[in-house]
Amino acid sequence: MSVFESKIPEGPLKDKWTKHKNDINLVNPANKRNIDVIVIGTGLAGGSAAATLAELGYNVKTFCYQDSPRRAHSIAAQGGINASKNYQGDGDSDYRLFYDTVKGGDYRSREANVYRLAEVSGNIIDQCVAQGVPFAREYGGLLDNRSFGGVLVSRTFYAKGQTGQQLLLGAYSAMNRQINRGKIQSFNRHEMMDLVLVDGKARGIIARNMVTGEIERHSAHAVVLASGGYGNVFFLSTNAMGSNVMAAWRAHRRGAYFANPCYTQIHPTCIPVSGEHQSKLTLMSESLRNDGRIWVPKKKEDAIAIREGKKKPTELSEEERDYYLERRYPAFGNLVPRDVASRAAKERCDAGFGVNKTGEAVFLDFASAIKRYGKEAAFSSGNKNASEAEIIKLGKEVVEAKYGNLFQMYQKIVDQNPYETPMMIYPAVHYTMGGLWVDYNLQTTIPGCYAAGEANFSDHGANRLGASALMQGLADGYFVLPYTIGDYLSKDIRTGKIPTDSPEFDAAEKDVKDKISKLMNASGKHSVDYYHKKLGKIMWNKCGMARNAQGLQEALDEIKELREDFWANVKVPGAAEGKNAELEKAGRVADFLELGELFAKDALHRNESCGGHFREEYQTEEGEALRDDENFKYVAAWEYKGNPRDAQLHKEELDFKNIELKTRSYK
Amino acid sequence: MKLTLKIWRQENANAKGKMVTYPIDGVEGDMSFLEMLDVLNEELINKGEEPVEFDHDCREGICGACSLQINGEPHGPDKLVTTCQLHMRSFKDGDTIVIEPFRAKAFPVVKDLIVDRGAFDRIQQAGGYVSVNTSGNTIDANSIPVNKHDADDSFAAATCIGCGACVAACKNASAMLFTSAKVSQYALLPQGQVEATERVQNMVRQMDLEGFGNCSNTGACEIECPKGISLENIARMNREYMSATSKG
Repeated sequence: MSVFESKIPEGPLKDKWTKHKNDINLVNPANKRNIDVIVIGTGLAGGSAAATLAELGYNVKTFCYQDSPRRAHSIAAQGGINASKNYQGDGDSDYRLFYDTVKGGDYRSREANVYRLAEVSGNIIDQCVAQGVPFAREYGGLLDNRSFGGVLVSRTFYAKGQTGQQLLLGAYSAMNRQINRGKIQSFNRHEMMDLVLVDGKARGIIARNMVTGEIERHSAHAVVLASGGYGNVFFLSTNAMGSNVMAAWRAHRRGAYFANPCYTQIHPTCIPVSGEHQSKLTLMSESLRNDGRIWVPKKKEDAIAIREGKKKPTELSEEERDYYLERRYPAFGNLVPRDVASRAAKERCDAGFGVNKTGEAVFLDFASAIKRYGKEAAFSSGNKNASEAEIIKLGKEVVEAKYGNLFQMYQKIVDQNPYETPMMIYPAVHYTMGGLWVDYNLQTTIPGCYAAGEANFSDHGANRLGASALMQGLADGYFVLPYTIGDYLSKDIRTGKIPTDSPEFDAAEKDVKDKISKLMNASGKHSVDYYHKKLGKIMWNKCGMARNAQGLQEALDEIKELREDFWANVKVPGAAEGKNAELEKAGRVADFLELGELFAKDALHRNESCGGHFREEYQTEEGEALRDDENFKYVAAWEYKGNPRDAQLHKEELDFKNIELKTRSYK
Repeated sequence: MKLTLKIWRQENANAKGKMVTYPIDGVEGDMSFLEMLDVLNEELINKGEEPVEFDHDCREGICGACSLQINGEPHGPDKLVTTCQLHMRSFKDGDTIVIEPFRAKAFPVVKDLIVDRGAFDRIQQAGGYVSVNTSGNTIDANSIPVNKHDADDSFAAATCIGCGACVAACKNASAMLFTSAKVSQYALLPQGQVEATERVQNMVRQMDLEGFGNCSNTGACEIECPKGISLENIARMNREYMSATSKG
């Protein structure tokens, strides 16, 4: 029953979305009252979709595993949100944002989707300001912008280092308005355990009330999955502890194709791992690369001395430092895209130039920014002959105003003062570009099952540019999905309420209960974390920043073996009735153990390097990614066939009519 | 480091709770407080005991999920951090650490160290928003300039993470700092003006209905707030409330 057709509207690129909106069916307001929609996840995509759907008149139920919708992990996004407003007059336009995003994604995304994203980006800012989101402003009262990686204009709107928080609280406030009207019912501390299909259509979910342990049935005319990404398959990532793939994976098992699982973003600027006890990694916003310069020592003996604590980074002169990004990529310098910056850091550390005790860290240095800002501040305040000390004092104030919360966070975690000594950073898993395959309407291959935000695959290709995740989440939720879903729901105006006592619900509920009892009754040898950490190590070592065929083949087998061990020997203490954090984790890790295998399979089949997917066999002499457009210019959409390794490949050829395919260069 | 942990254990909302003592060894200064509890839980699981449940998610100080009253202080001894960003280097070998849930009538215990902070959601639902449709047909973002200081103050109020430390710190279990932060965010922006009168009244009414106490200007909330939300917000909310009620 699955439908694998991109449904990109005809016509010129810039007219597609307008034309499509004019062509699709609408549901009249009176009928909307009789239609129910379930939204899984309340981050930027889910929260904004729920609010808008409710505002349009549908009856919405939202589900989140957190104790409040406001805590979804979008809240942790720091740097900003892109929009092609061209407020800075630096030549920005919808086309440029579109172009940068397609190029940044290494030509592995769908042109029509990305153009639509750029087209609605400006409206997101208007909307958020109207909602009372307190973006950063200039002294004249207008909105301020900053730059992000892979881009030559300033189009990023921000609220200090807490942009995600402010945008999410905006979406949450829009949800609250609808909750107060009775149009949204919000189910917190609830986890979606399965998707229910009736006559091949998504008609509801099985959820677990995480407080009582009760297994609940919820029906609807359509189900929207906005459940985020699957970075936690690596155990250590910048994702929240609870972020998981369960909703998306359950849909995949029920027939939704999973696209490009191997496209993972390893973010270049995270706080390095400190020890075995580490439970998660903390991002330092990419916005820091606006002002921070990345370097390692030029000489290996200096790197060793710094590692052993015999030398301080501040003791090294300019000549003794290797600003390797500025050296290798003079045009973009420290603002190259994330995949490029991450690989360059790995290259230097692998070559022995790492600067922390594990040898896996590089410096991010603000000394020259502090001086530059200090001079400017002194000059503009009338002090034309400021002393060095005055300049540094003023410069620190400017840097604090821009990045204060990030510097404080760094200091708390690392116990070093980044105003005085350079930060140490290293790449970490941050975002997954892959996800559920969706058509232009954001519908998965299961009719009535939609995916939005990070949960879908659609807009970022093989690499996401900074400040684009927030843009995509809100574009999907506020402006795209509420329109496109109407086309589908218009056929349901006479359907009436979907009953939950059907055999389909019975069967799905039984599956869920069986799975829980299997987890509760395994032999009980090892904790859930024991397996999750093992899986993470396999993923990081063999499916991480650089991959090769041999390692991926090994990963496939090792993950399968680990999964079998998990189901036989995992230990879940306590009872299934009532709050049980270990049971929650076990269910999530069980799905990661399947996804991981598909991930390795996808990475193994893609015999090219593109964006975040770097295969060691496919690189240029200078060590840059070597794409193969002749053979791999397609989206790999995998159909579930019982075992992850048996998944069947479906190809969606990507057609570039408006952009010339080029080797991506940031030199 | 070797430590002694005294932790509140409670099976569910209706069960009777008690303090249980757990010794723990091998704690490192670089561990976060929650990673220290992860180590304890791993030990408990391996011994066949039930691990200690606590709320946590982002572990980078922004989601507001983590809580914990540590040695009598919400989020522990350090200033301007949440429990997930409190590191064990703040403690020393041999210390005894008492860990309890946030205590307030309006925050019933769910299990062990987890409390139900749904009251905060309901306060927001009562009026913590601007009634503007999200369909995108609004005015250009730059058509209303906003004074930078007002925008910055509004942002500072909006950085509240809704963790509930203010309530746990307050001898009256008052939610004034939380509620006033949201009221202030909108009161300082032109977009919030239209509904200002109703907003403050509705939110304060809900706050009282939830069973939070009153403010007696002790200021413990401001000191314990991991985001440094200022008491000025409470003063601003009182002004807003007075002006709203005098308008009727």
